[in-house]
Amino acid sequence: MPLLRSPSKEPLWKDEFSVFTSDERYVTRRQFTQFLTLASLGMFVGNLWILVKAYFAKAPSFPSVAVAEMGEIPVRGVKLFTYPTERDHCILIRASEEEYVAYSQKCTHLSCAVYFSAKEDRLECPCHRGFFSVKDGSVLQGPPPRPLPRITLERDGARLLAVGVKGS
Amino acid sequence: MANLERYKQRRGLVAVDGAMALIVILLIVQIWLLSATLETFLAGHTGAVPPAAIFSGLAVLGCLALNLFVTRVDRESRKP
Repeated sequence: MPLLRSPSKEPLWKDEFSVFTSDERYVTRRQFTQFLTLASLGMFVGNLWILVKAYFAKAPSFPSVAVAEMGEIPVRGVKLFTYPTERDHCILIRASEEEYVAYSQKCTHLSCAVYFSAKEDRLECPCHRGFFSVKDGSVLQGPPPRPLPRITLERDGARLLAVGVKGS
Repeated sequence: MANLERYKQRRGLVAVDGAMALIVILLIVQIWLLSATLETFLAGHTGAVPPAAIFSGLAVLGCLALNLFVTRVDRESRKP
């Protein structure tokens, strides 16, 4: 009995056994190449799907929330708050007399809470020694892949308002 | 004559194997591209999405061209 069916033989319906198990398991190079090309097409469809999602993605809207009074925290001091929801912890830093910056407290590596090191003038993640710049939240050292999301601040008289999140 | 046939078949087989290897490389690049694009998209950065889609489309075209090449070589090497 031959291992594989010869295509030049009798038609399939004339065969006594119409299904050859070994024949079914046999994959030609051409079939395999077609399968790979189909998989490649699938990857492209995935990329197109992301493109469509990115095109139709709506810009998130953020509430305006008072997070501190102007003289409430000392220079080089910090205040913790939550924004935009109660579950999003943030850190407000008074970098100089007139300069306030705020960042998400969640490290972009594995979401540990970062703290402000006034001595080193940087934000530090204690879990894996990831350091961020106080000026713009960029990664100075360590495993974090992205800068810290920055909270946009506005002054409203003596109040400091959080009005948005950049890079979340 | 039989030697010539065998030589043609072997040559065709080498060409098909080479084309398959190239398709596999393109597919690996596409898999990496898709995962990297998804990662940046979920992180809120959309700047890399359009070029990634273009390169992925070019890779598909490359795969299709190689597929046609494999089909043609296979057909020619089987000619009596």
